[in-house]
Amino acid sequence: MTTERPRHKWGMVVDIDRCTGCEACVVACESENNEPISEEGHFLQRRAMEWIHVQRYWEGEFPEVKARFIPVLCQHCENAPCEPVCPVYATYHNNEGLNVQVYNRCVGTRYCANNCPYQVRFFNHWEPVWPESLRNQLNSDVTVRSRGIMEKCTFCVQRIRRAERQAAQDGRELKDMEFQPACAQACPTSALVFGDLNNQDSKVSRMAKDQRHYKLLEELGTGPNVIYLKKVDVNAHA
Amino acid sequence: MQERVELSHRQINQELLAANLKGPRWWWLLVPALVLVVMGAASAAGYMYNRGLGVTGLNRPIFWGIFIVNFVFWIGISHAGVMLSAILRLSHAEWRRPATRAAELLTVFSLMTAAMFPGIIHPGRPWRIYWTFPFDFSRGIWPDVRSALIWDPSAIFTYLTGSTLFVIIALIPDMAVLRDRTTGVKHVIYRFLSLGWRGTPRQWKLQIVAGILLSALLLPVFVSVHSIVSWDFGMAVSVEGWHATIFAPYFVIGAVLSGVAAVVTMMALMRWAFHWEHYIRPEHFDALGRLLIAIALGWFFFFSLEFMFGLYSLEGPEVSLRQMQMFQMPWGALFITFITTAFFIPITLWQFKRVRRNILLMFLISILVNIGMWLERFLIVVPGLMRKQPLTFVWGGYTPSPVEITLVVASFIFVALMVLLFAKVFPLIPLFDIKEGQVLKDEVQVGRVRVPAVMREE
Repeated sequence: MTTERPRHKWGMVVDIDRCTGCEACVVACESENNEPISEEGHFLQRRAMEWIHVQRYWEGEFPEVKARFIPVLCQHCENAPCEPVCPVYATYHNNEGLNVQVYNRCVGTRYCANNCPYQVRFFNHWEPVWPESLRNQLNSDVTVRSRGIMEKCTFCVQRIRRAERQAAQDGRELKDMEFQPACAQACPTSALVFGDLNNQDSKVSRMAKDQRHYKLLEELGTGPNVIYLKKVDVNAHA
Repeated sequence: MQERVELSHRQINQELLAANLKGPRWWWLLVPALVLVVMGAASAAGYMYNRGLGVTGLNRPIFWGIFIVNFVFWIGISHAGVMLSAILRLSHAEWRRPATRAAELLTVFSLMTAAMFPGIIHPGRPWRIYWTFPFDFSRGIWPDVRSALIWDPSAIFTYLTGSTLFVIIALIPDMAVLRDRTTGVKHVIYRFLSLGWRGTPRQWKLQIVAGILLSALLLPVFVSVHSIVSWDFGMAVSVEGWHATIFAPYFVIGAVLSGVAAVVTMMALMRWAFHWEHYIRPEHFDALGRLLIAIALGWFFFFSLEFMFGLYSLEGPEVSLRQMQMFQMPWGALFITFITTAFFIPITLWQFKRVRRNILLMFLISILVNIGMWLERFLIVVPGLMRKQPLTFVWGGYTPSPVEITLVVASFIFVALMVLLFAKVFPLIPLFDIKEGQVLKDEVQVGRVRVPAVMREE
């Protein structure tokens, strides 16, 4: 049991106003985290692996119809419903605000996935396979998960750890915006911003204080560490 | 209500032990056929282990499918044993005698079948399922006791141990009867199983005390088992259709309804298969029918409460879930089938004494009840997951795959096979219990009529 006060509280801000629904984050996430390539068949079976996925909603009636996009990833809830239902502690909360998935402990009851209100937990129905041409593409910092276990967004914990090691080596503190998870790095409109919510001066903390801020399904009391910024509607009657 | 059939001890022995000593011919045809089916299902399971759970129809968000439905269904059936055996024994219901062992067997075998589903069929990595047992293995990680899935194995195995003991205690005197009527290897086996039973007064006293003690001890376990299974759903805060505090009593009484109906099915089959017309009589079906009316009404009360509690909050996902359950195809059709077969048809027909005493009709109704109760669990598990939260983009659907259907159907065959195998070695109706009933029966003069009664030492 560590008594040390947690230094970081990792979080993310998703600015819906900037999101164009291009799905660059989805592709970046899949290649960073060794997720099997989701093909048409996977989507038809509803078994596609997308740790971050862009939900598309239609607003209004034709012809006044608008497409709305929400990138949804693991919300790393402070009070995560997925954690207490796991019989083997395969998922738990660490002291940096991350909801951690331990692949080796998972027995595949899938209870956590049932209990996740955001539907961001993924089950390996099959042994993952990659095309021959992508054999050397796998990220060596990330475990390749076998079939029968759950997986989900880790906030690219491998990047967090690498940056921490680098900072420790250089004998300095971690800097804000020193590193970003794959999705945030790939986002062309910078709709996704990652950082330390404990650091009041970090970009993510400042953005989280924006008056447009809200959390997904906030009424459930899960306490997500992902904060959304509402879309600004230019045609809104003020 | 008690109708009198005069039976000598000799006749009881001959008729009830016929299956064990000689054995009906159809047994040798039926059992290999059932073994083949079960082996076929085992290879389907092997195929699933080999390829992964992708061969099922499970997807995101339907992570639990008909494996879990079937698990809950068999747990439900397993409530027959204690309900009939323990409660009726403690309340001195005389008509229980031929039904007790059938009910207890149903408990043991259906529990075994039920435990297989979450244990070795449903999980992603079944070879690691022992990690959910509350035992600190070399990996040094204690399981998370906050999870309902930790309480499940404890409750199920306690119940399984208790009800197996219950069966064994009741078997000892019958084993001694078989020991005295067999030779050779059979004799050696039965001698071992009868545990030195000589029928001395002290042995009888111990046997009766053990039976009563186990009945009383099993009662709380019986209530806890299905409560805990219901908490698998009730504790899931994020699934609107599951997160209900009423689930524990609702599941327990639903389990008793399906369990007692299954005992009716089994007793009708026993009567036809082994020609036990002297033992399993219309009066027994009559009594079970009356018991079922009470249970079904209680179940309907909880069912209505659960439905009303769900709608009362007027929460979007909950209302949309109920709407889908009742009005969208195919769920609407399943819902109507479920409520008519599990409640309206049986409860109407059971009002008539002619129906309750008609064994064929009772057999058919009891099967209808269990079709309805299976659908009830299906309508709880799957639609709840389909309409989990207001994020409509991730709402989904589910069609069971052939592998899933095979394994579910095979679970019924497996229970039938286990009962048949048991029937070959042990008597399905407790001999000593029937004989005791014959010895204790009496008649009392009430006014001008003589009424059947039972003598009992208190």
